[in-house]
Amino acid sequence: MLADKDRIFTNLYGFHDWRLAGARSRGAWDNTKALIDLGQDGIINEVKASGLRGRGGAGFPTGLKWSFMPKNDPRPSYLVVNADESEPGSCKDREIMRHDPHLLVEGCLVASFAMRAHACYIYVRGEFIREREHLQAAIDEAYAAKLIGKDNIHGWDFDCYVHHGAGAYICGEETALLESLEGKKGQPRLKPPFPANSGLYGAPTTVNNVESIAVVPTILRRGATWFSALGKPNNTGTKLFQISGHVERPCVVEEEMGIPLRELLEKHAGGVRGGWDNLLAVIPGGSSMPCLPKEMCDDLTMDFDSLSKLKSGLGTAAIIVMDKSTDIIAAIRRIAYFYKHESCGQCTPCREGTGWMWRVLERMERGDAELEEIDLLFDVSKQVEGHTICALGDAAAWPVQGLLRNFRPVIEQRIKDRKRGLAVAAE
Amino acid sequence: MAKKLIIDGTEIEVEDGITLLQACEQAGIEVPRFCYHERLSIAGNCRMCLVEVVGMPKPQASCALGVNDLPPNRDGTPKVINTRSPMVKKAREGVMEFLLINHPLDCPICDQGGECDLQDQAMAFGKGGTRYVENKRAVDEKYLGPLIKTMMTRCIQCTRCVRFMTEVAGVEELGAIGRGEDMEITTYLEQGMMSELSANVVDLCPVGALTHRPWAFNARPWEMRKTESIDVMDALGAAIRVDTRGREVMRILPRNNDAVNEEWITDKTRHVADGLRTQRLDHAYVRRNGRLEPATWTEALDLVAKKLTGTAPERIGAIAGDLCGAEEMFALKSLLAARGVANLDCRQDGAKLDPALGRASYLFNSAIESIEKADAILLVGTNPRLESAVLNGRIRKRWRHGGVSIGLVGAPADLTYGADHLGTSPDTLIEIAEGKSAFSGILRQAQHPMVIVGMGAAARPDGAAVLALAARIARDAMAGKDAGWNAFNVLHTAASRVGGLDLGFVPGKGGLDVPGMMAAANEGRLDVLYLLGADEIDMNRLGKAFVIYQGSHGDAGAHRADVILPGATYTEKDATYVNLEGRAQMTAKAAFAPGEAREDWTILRQLSAVMGATLPFDDMRQLRAQMFKAAPTLAALDSVSPAAASGVERLAERTGKIEDTPFTSPIRDFYMTNPIARASAVMAELSIIKAGSGRIRAAAE
Repeated sequence: MLADKDRIFTNLYGFHDWRLAGARSRGAWDNTKALIDLGQDGIINEVKASGLRGRGGAGFPTGLKWSFMPKNDPRPSYLVVNADESEPGSCKDREIMRHDPHLLVEGCLVASFAMRAHACYIYVRGEFIREREHLQAAIDEAYAAKLIGKDNIHGWDFDCYVHHGAGAYICGEETALLESLEGKKGQPRLKPPFPANSGLYGAPTTVNNVESIAVVPTILRRGATWFSALGKPNNTGTKLFQISGHVERPCVVEEEMGIPLRELLEKHAGGVRGGWDNLLAVIPGGSSMPCLPKEMCDDLTMDFDSLSKLKSGLGTAAIIVMDKSTDIIAAIRRIAYFYKHESCGQCTPCREGTGWMWRVLERMERGDAELEEIDLLFDVSKQVEGHTICALGDAAAWPVQGLLRNFRPVIEQRIKDRKRGLAVAAE
Repeated sequence: MAKKLIIDGTEIEVEDGITLLQACEQAGIEVPRFCYHERLSIAGNCRMCLVEVVGMPKPQASCALGVNDLPPNRDGTPKVINTRSPMVKKAREGVMEFLLINHPLDCPICDQGGECDLQDQAMAFGKGGTRYVENKRAVDEKYLGPLIKTMMTRCIQCTRCVRFMTEVAGVEELGAIGRGEDMEITTYLEQGMMSELSANVVDLCPVGALTHRPWAFNARPWEMRKTESIDVMDALGAAIRVDTRGREVMRILPRNNDAVNEEWITDKTRHVADGLRTQRLDHAYVRRNGRLEPATWTEALDLVAKKLTGTAPERIGAIAGDLCGAEEMFALKSLLAARGVANLDCRQDGAKLDPALGRASYLFNSAIESIEKADAILLVGTNPRLESAVLNGRIRKRWRHGGVSIGLVGAPADLTYGADHLGTSPDTLIEIAEGKSAFSGILRQAQHPMVIVGMGAAARPDGAAVLALAARIARDAMAGKDAGWNAFNVLHTAASRVGGLDLGFVPGKGGLDVPGMMAAANEGRLDVLYLLGADEIDMNRLGKAFVIYQGSHGDAGAHRADVILPGATYTEKDATYVNLEGRAQMTAKAAFAPGEAREDWTILRQLSAVMGATLPFDDMRQLRAQMFKAAPTLAALDSVSPAAASGVERLAERTGKIEDTPFTSPIRDFYMTNPIARASAVMAELSIIKAGSGRIRAAAE
């Protein structure tokens, strides 16, 4: 269990002052000049050494991503922070923005400096009203205190802008976010070119998750060795876990990577409703990750690698717990509807496939399907996965695949029951 | 730098910077696609062109993947690409299945049937049956104007139409609203699209979502005979294909010609087809007691011959119209020259172009394709969007690539690209010529400057002086640059004009030009006027002259005529037209002229026999041989040979008084510029909509 001294987010629950004075008392903005003095390569190497992996879901090494930014480019560089936290189950970035916004602002300065950017855009999800207000207030305070802005005390001219989205899930995809930021319709771009080559306004851009950026100043202050000593190899550091669903006390909590799922739920969330044995399934990383049945959860540790071994993923570490009262088909059907609703409609497999999958699931929930359609549904999900421009196609396919892989007997039973019911009624 | 790839087992070298799809095409492999189009930006959204790149876990969209993004394998061997592997087959079948689940099965009643990309590719790359048992999506029809019929349920959201309107036409009136499977292509406000190029979206549509409204439900593609021809609606000479069934022209489509029209044509070029059927002169007429009465060819030709032989040559005039082929102009000129007539003119708008100065003084010398090289363009007295919409699209294409300054001297207009409006009258032009304008410097610094002079500048009373001034600007801009580059460009509006000037269909020694002939006719100094398809002059100012009208349509000229000789339109004859850059091209006979109407040169040949001065050719081959002797440039078909720049020099040395009246465009109504267009109901509807900038209200509204 993570010791209090190793916590990065010390005001996660908003018990203390979120403003500049309070943040300073907790260590933020403490001699940030020293971090800047590490130099660009110094910062990137330190972040690489810390083993920090992107907290937005894909888990790409953050330091490596920063090192892709061109060094001698006549175009301006940009840092874009993805605060369009829309994945069902995810609710960590909003806690950072409303209770500890200065961690993010400081992180933006340091990260922008590391990638030679003088401007940073924070794209905040449309529904986050208070979060944006707090974030803007924190930025205003930082400007007033000359921590950021032109001729600030850190010697790196830096402007930070908050942009308010309009509430489309797809705008959390990094290139769709850039399109939206440019004032266009939020639709993902083709890659390559990747944003590091041609991103915002065609200039080199790095898009990072809020949490990835907010932890950077602390990592630099306490050293890469401290961070990498936490967690497991290749899955280092601390992580904000968001526990929702059928637990006694849903919460957001900072814990070490690689913590056993059962320990996490029982220590922080009061355990599964009705006891561990009442557990049906867990979605370990936000709605796009395949669900795992209880048998797989018993010895599960929460990190990128062990989850991908189970054909699921850590994602944003948004854990959705479902006890035995859950109709798992209905749950996945609802997720499928979400992806059908949020598909941008640009490319064919996702536009057409998400609706198809949802409609089949809608019938399966009632048992109004044929047994062969289970394989059909799996085939359709495979036709969507990996054939789309962005990862939303994968995100829509995975939950369905998780259901079919792990709960096939439930669907078969439902279909058979309905057929039997019809036969009885006919007699 | 060449790049090696192994595509389907064959190693090929492709040039750097192309896409994987193009590389596959170079390897001779067909890759199915819907959203990809050579002349539009890459969208990568249909996912039909997926191929397997060995080493990459997912199939890749070949239209969007550059070969530059494919480094060789670690061991230095070239990347291996498979387009026929099981992975690719499965991916294509999957995408095709997705495209079809919401596509209606209404091929039997769909006008796209037979030339539908979806139909063809479903046959080639799809699975036999469907596994989709849910309800299909239905989408409301959209109003996109009188030219485009929509059936948006068939739409596969490839966004070709959106990209065409935004990128090529430069009119952002089409877009996609909604998300996911509810995404719809619409004009937002459900208004017709206000672009001269709008109907091209129908060609681009790979399915039957957008079809041609005027031709709806009339014919199937396989029933029609296809004839490759040339358009005459403007001076561009766009390559077209005329589709006929029986003797009726059913539709006109563009052909590819990178040097001229790429693959776009204007709405007028395309939808003038119904004008070929209506208002036709299918009979000879003779005016008796003030009324035009049907007559036989013999009666009509006898009367004409009597007039032409019985009148003194200096009291005879001839004007060639805008749609005339070179052959009939040559025949008429030969006929009248033998009579000693010097009053000939093919410039019915009164443009002060003088072929005596040399070809360069009246051609679009830089050539259309080279617009893409230009880095400074000065438009003088022209609105290219109305005068040659496809050429205007080429300027827009150049502008979109950046690095070009465009200045406009003339009436302000929305040209679909950023042009600095420098002024409206010749005063501004004088400033530029004298180096007092900022644009003078831009032209001087440009490597490939262009000065484009329109008929709005040339067809003024002081047109000769304005042309000379523009030539001076062009000459000064060219000084010390690429010797092969000629910056002086005349933007013609009439398809027949360059051919007429090449043939010297202009006043001979002591002859009258069009304004001269009209004044003479009005004052009784001209007794016989031969109008060869000329309808754009003021017919009320011809006095008591005996007017012979030879043409295809009952338009202004026919109404004034004393004798009507029914001729053929450009789709009904083999004729030579020279486009504005000097490219000689031939139309092909796609249908027969109606009734007793005949190909124009044969009328003149027979007339010459009746007159007792038989022209020395009996068939088209002999006529052309003589015509090519008279104007050798006409013989070089489909090619452009640069005209000697001395023509511009000579023009530049001319002087004259310039009035300070503002330039105006010669085209007041884009849809009504010639007799065929004026006979077209579709053009009439467009004209009304354009004038009112909205849709026609139904009676009940």
